[in-house]
Amino acid sequence: MIRWLKSPASETQVTHGQRLWLYVFAGITMILLVTPTLIVIPMSFSDSQYLEFPPETWSLRWYRHYFESEEWMQATRTSFVAAFFTMLVATPVGVLAAYGLHASKLPYIRAAFVLLITPMMVPVVLVAIGAFYAYVKLQILYTMLGLVLAHSILAIPLVLIVTGSALKSYDMNQENAARSLGAPRWKAFMTITLPQIRFAVVTSALLSFLTSFDEVVIAMFISGGDNPTLTRNMFNALRDQIDPTIASISTLMILVTTVLMVLAQIFGRGKSGD
Amino acid sequence: MAVTDMNADGLKRDERLERLKLFGLSSPAVLMVLVILVLPVGWLFYVSFIGADGTFSMENYERMLKRKSYARIFQTTFEVSLMTTGLCILIGYPLAYFMSQLPTRWANLCLITVLLPFWTSLLVRTYAWLVLLQKRGLVNDWAISLGLWDEPIKIVHNLNGTLIGMVHIMLPFLILPTYAAMKSIDRDYLKAASNLGASPSRAFWTVFFPLSTPGLFAGSLMVFILCLGFFVTPAVLGGGKVIMVSMKIVSNIELFVNWGAASALGVVLLVLTVIVLWIASRFLKLEQMTGGGH
Repeated sequence: MIRWLKSPASETQVTHGQRLWLYVFAGITMILLVTPTLIVIPMSFSDSQYLEFPPETWSLRWYRHYFESEEWMQATRTSFVAAFFTMLVATPVGVLAAYGLHASKLPYIRAAFVLLITPMMVPVVLVAIGAFYAYVKLQILYTMLGLVLAHSILAIPLVLIVTGSALKSYDMNQENAARSLGAPRWKAFMTITLPQIRFAVVTSALLSFLTSFDEVVIAMFISGGDNPTLTRNMFNALRDQIDPTIASISTLMILVTTVLMVLAQIFGRGKSGD
Repeated sequence: MAVTDMNADGLKRDERLERLKLFGLSSPAVLMVLVILVLPVGWLFYVSFIGADGTFSMENYERMLKRKSYARIFQTTFEVSLMTTGLCILIGYPLAYFMSQLPTRWANLCLITVLLPFWTSLLVRTYAWLVLLQKRGLVNDWAISLGLWDEPIKIVHNLNGTLIGMVHIMLPFLILPTYAAMKSIDRDYLKAASNLGASPSRAFWTVFFPLSTPGLFAGSLMVFILCLGFFVTPAVLGGGKVIMVSMKIVSNIELFVNWGAASALGVVLLVLTVIVLWIASRFLKLEQMTGGGH
């Protein structure tokens, strides 16, 4: 132990002992990053109104409350459907744009790139009230179509960035070879390029799903009537009081996120093995 | 000679057409962003110059200048954003540095602790802090049993609670680009500095730190921009005491149905964001900020 403390820790001969504070600090930070969210999980199984930790008596009371509420179930369905369709819209549209901008070397691509990532930069409240106004005119306020379109433009920048950086490290000459042998461009893309960037495409799809599933502010404005999303209902419940049902929903949402993260890891792994 | 020239022209035209077609592949995405984002925001811009009587007027902007409450909202927004960014740098930089020094296998394991909250719903994390920081919450319970303070104190529904929640939510946005920049630093530079007699701290501050600033800068900018337009966390953890611009915009519409006032605030918020981005773009490329560049 003592020897380890005195051994050099990096190229600059600083010893582990001199850097002990850094290790302690980093450890505490990592614990603080992870635990606040995870602590909700045991709390959601408490029988008490007051979300205690550790729970004195365990029960599934708040889960029962959630699964038996028609309102929460309806909202959950809306969120899943919206997230699924956002994934189906944003992924192909974003991948097409990423490919088009990458392959075409016209001078306008920079302007198009900046335009396509603006949804990430513009304060989301503005996107929300802008979409609210546009949807009143287009008469698609409170519809699934409107929700999916608005969530898609939030997801497109992510698809563009993830897929775009995969394309940057891909050698376009492979596609050119296929085309010089007579394959039309779309066929060359589908059979040569797409299989090689598929991990980025899958990651983009998962990110699009999560973007829609977790989105609150836009949903607050344009999902309502019969179609409120889960996050919209959660946010409204949070503003009123600390409802323990939210803890059970949060636990389920963490579960959804973890599953998606593991999926991304599995598909992302293939990258190095390829 | 003439024949080859014609061919060259023809080829050039074909190539241009091909490039235009490729560029056209981005048109569905461009169209969606134009219709759902750019046109409506343009309309908000127009509405902000329409007064209560329906004619052109600057009253929405004049109100912002006259009323002290608006000045306070902008001040709060900037203060909270600056404090959050500062705290993220102070906490995030050392962690990113720590991870960059580890062997890849360990670093990836530590990276999960950053990615897990990054992927988790913002609302869920805000809720978690609300539960932890409330009067009968875990933090108060533990602090009292450890003897840090005697009575449950108010940590949430005020500025402290808002900052705690926002820093927790923004940290990954700072750590990820900073870590990426640190990983790409050639360690031989440090060896060279050390060989030439630099002390460890001197080698760090004159070699390592300057090389890591592009990532740190990109991350800080991202955090600051996101904070300027933040809504959910201050709305839930601020308890009405921390009013940021986006909250005022929402209440102008939800409570007062005043589109003119809300639009004017939105326009100012957008202009401020663009100014910050513009200043930043003079120091780094946009692609670098979005992580798309190499």
